[in-house]
Amino acid sequence: MSEEPVGIVSYGAYVPRYRIAPAEIGAVWGADGEAMGKGLGVFRKSVPAPDEDTITISTEALRQALARGRISPQSIGALYVGSESHPYAVKPTATVVAQAVGATPYLTAADFEFACKAGTAAIQTCMGLVKSRMITYGVAIGSDTSQGAPGDALEYSASAGGAAFIIGRERLLAEINATESFTTDTPDFWRREGQRYPSHGGRFTGEPAFFRHVGECGRRMMERMEMTPKDYRHVVFHQPNGKFPQRIGKTLGFTDEQMRYGLVTPYLGNTYSGAALLGLANVLDHADPGDRVLVVGYGSGAGSDAFDLTVSDRIHQFDRQGPRIQEFLDGGTPLNYALYAKFRGKIHLGGS
Amino acid sequence: MTIARFWRETPQRYNLGGSRCSSCGSAFFPPRAVCPTCPEHRRSLGKMEPLQLSGEGEVYSFTVVHDPAEGFEMQVPYVLALVKTPEGPILTGQVVDVLPAEVHVGLRVQATFRKLREEGKSGVIHYGYKFAVAREEGREPVAPEGESVPEPRREGPRPART
Repeated sequence: MSEEPVGIVSYGAYVPRYRIAPAEIGAVWGADGEAMGKGLGVFRKSVPAPDEDTITISTEALRQALARGRISPQSIGALYVGSESHPYAVKPTATVVAQAVGATPYLTAADFEFACKAGTAAIQTCMGLVKSRMITYGVAIGSDTSQGAPGDALEYSASAGGAAFIIGRERLLAEINATESFTTDTPDFWRREGQRYPSHGGRFTGEPAFFRHVGECGRRMMERMEMTPKDYRHVVFHQPNGKFPQRIGKTLGFTDEQMRYGLVTPYLGNTYSGAALLGLANVLDHADPGDRVLVVGYGSGAGSDAFDLTVSDRIHQFDRQGPRIQEFLDGGTPLNYALYAKFRGKIHLGGS
Repeated sequence: MTIARFWRETPQRYNLGGSRCSSCGSAFFPPRAVCPTCPEHRRSLGKMEPLQLSGEGEVYSFTVVHDPAEGFEMQVPYVLALVKTPEGPILTGQVVDVLPAEVHVGLRVQATFRKLREEGKSGVIHYGYKFAVAREEGREPVAPEGESVPEPRREGPRPART
């Protein structure tokens, strides 16, 4: 293990206020939306307002993390935003976020993209920079405002939200004991340049993609750390829906109780790059000192990143100002499909 | 043209950076280089200090916009408010994630970072502050007008079928 610790110094999250239920979506497309939602394990999903995007969500999440950790934005040495819905194809999300939190100009910044796991990849990068003492604090954000094509199965789950983690060496809320990855070329889900909505391989997104990568990566992480599922208090998986993470959790030998706080998709939808990170944020909202936590993210295309964490004594002194994840799970303003379509720009206004 | 103008105003729009006169203590947003309230304006030259607004405030007055400015068609009807900050300045800004009927004078709000406008489909996207209802208001979820979807009941995760 490490000679010098590295881990999470602070964290923040943001989920847009609006929600839509699967029944409301299904009613428009002649499908049994309620059954669809139950099948996916998604009871409602978040919807961004017309003036929200990955940049605004990332900024809100990081502002909360900085305030909670009482960290000067000027001490951030690296800022990475992982997303598959960066507002610009060319021009970084990270520079706007860095400027908006007051971290500019003496830092390095970049956007990451790896479907749903760009945020965990950003955490790994920050770990390396912090551990090698190139920087004091690194910021890793996973955030998305993803879309599913109207009527497609993805439309029932694709939502919006994000979380920001500040990685450092001291004052750790949770030490990251180790990280592990599992990566292959697997075309289960993609979006070509210029395409509005992503495409996916249907059932192919299951066994050869999500289940293989998350399973292999999670097993390898536990083997390396000489841990068994029962040694962990909490486990967080990537959660494209409510069902996949529960199934892989059972397969690996975890109980519902261990997955309880790490599973947020049933009440928020799939926040893509934000999904596993929002699950981890919810775990940290409820964690006690000494808790071991396993996180296994997943990104289509495909790869998994796993983290083995130990929650520190500091967690009880941590000032969780601003909304906790539970508020996002419980709250929200319900939308009907017409307003949802308007908010998501699915209505063509004419003109250019 | 607007790229340079917006870029110059980034510190104000992103971070609510104002200024304060060190002679008379008056606070300004957007920041001023000369104090307009000091009897001798020239004495304030070089004495204006940066002032960071907290983003807190309350609605001082407001209007509901039904005839939108270009680019705001998707947000109609929206609320435009004068927000009185504890530091002094009154800011103009949109109040978001709220029904017009929920807004009243005295409503506590908090600055939030939002997209202000886009220069068409291929132009630059401008960001800056707007206001959201402050958490202290303890707002319950409210359905938009004509809303028929009930808030789904909170249920525990279903056991997976394998």
